[in-house]
Amino acid sequence: MSRVVVEKKVLNENQILAEQLRERYRQNDVFCLNIISSPGSGKTSLLERTLERFPKDTRVAVLTGDIQTENDAIRLARAGFPVKQITTGGTCHLDARMIEKHLVGWDLGALDFLLVENVGNLVCPSSYDLGEHAKVVVLSVTEGDDKPLKYPSIFFKAELAVINKIDLLPYVPFDMAKARENIQKVHPGAEIIEVSCTTGAGLDQWLNWLEARREKAIGAPVR
Amino acid sequence: MHELSIATSILDAVEREGKLHPEASFKAVGLRIGEVSGVDIDSLTFGWEAITKDTEWESLKLVIESVPRKNRCTQCGNEFAVRDYEIECPACHSLATVNLSGDELDIAYIEAEELEGAEA
Repeated sequence: MSRVVVEKKVLNENQILAEQLRERYRQNDVFCLNIISSPGSGKTSLLERTLERFPKDTRVAVLTGDIQTENDAIRLARAGFPVKQITTGGTCHLDARMIEKHLVGWDLGALDFLLVENVGNLVCPSSYDLGEHAKVVVLSVTEGDDKPLKYPSIFFKAELAVINKIDLLPYVPFDMAKARENIQKVHPGAEIIEVSCTTGAGLDQWLNWLEARREKAIGAPVR
Repeated sequence: MHELSIATSILDAVEREGKLHPEASFKAVGLRIGEVSGVDIDSLTFGWEAITKDTEWESLKLVIESVPRKNRCTQCGNEFAVRDYEIECPACHSLATVNLSGDELDIAYIEAEELEGAEA
């Protein structure tokens, strides 16, 4: 018996494509975020509020993933920025090839931000690098403060946790201190922003984070 | 359930290696899977069996090494397994520890036997 040494990532093909995407973003000074959460946590609402608050001349585009329907793209397109729906037809996550395919026809040189809304799923998307600068996880207060412990992979990999629906805190048994503690347990040093897409609370902080994180990644402010 | 896609990626890699080593008969694939990689080993094994059934790879086994989450203490250099998310250094009790392992999803090796009659 002999041993063939392989030493490759299982998702090597995805990794190669993700590196190519990362290089294209770097060449074009595009800042890319991969936004992940369970279904119904408010990814689309967060993006809607974000696009509404962006100045009209912001150079931003959105890719939004779902298993079926164009509903999210229709919602997001109302803000007037370019949006494309990625319909996976059953696949529970986005991969780098889907991103590459859907970027066709867009001039990356005309963008400062590319926001990718992953398929609603707290498990599978965490395994696929999309070439993004950072992963963001959205957790809503209706889900329970122990979610970070139950789904550690995504909280471990996300730089920022956005805790959404804080307007509902009086009505649900969600312990914010506990949730923050659990996020830090899984990912010491992870940033946390509390928001409500309904009341607008915390959205300024989120937008400031977005600007600052882009500047850190690109090394220059938005033109 | 993305383990089926992952099983397919493993099979793609095996087929590529098979073309590079036509003289060999593959017996097992060695994988390293970290405990915070987000991959469920039972689902992966199930997916693997499903996609290799009735193919030439049916007898090819997955040998999975589960890699624990480990941290290193930036104060005293101690390396330790993180259990129940407890990242405090057990030696000096510092909380300044950094992650070393746990998110692996790698194909390490393939065990092969030379086909009879093949030249060494």
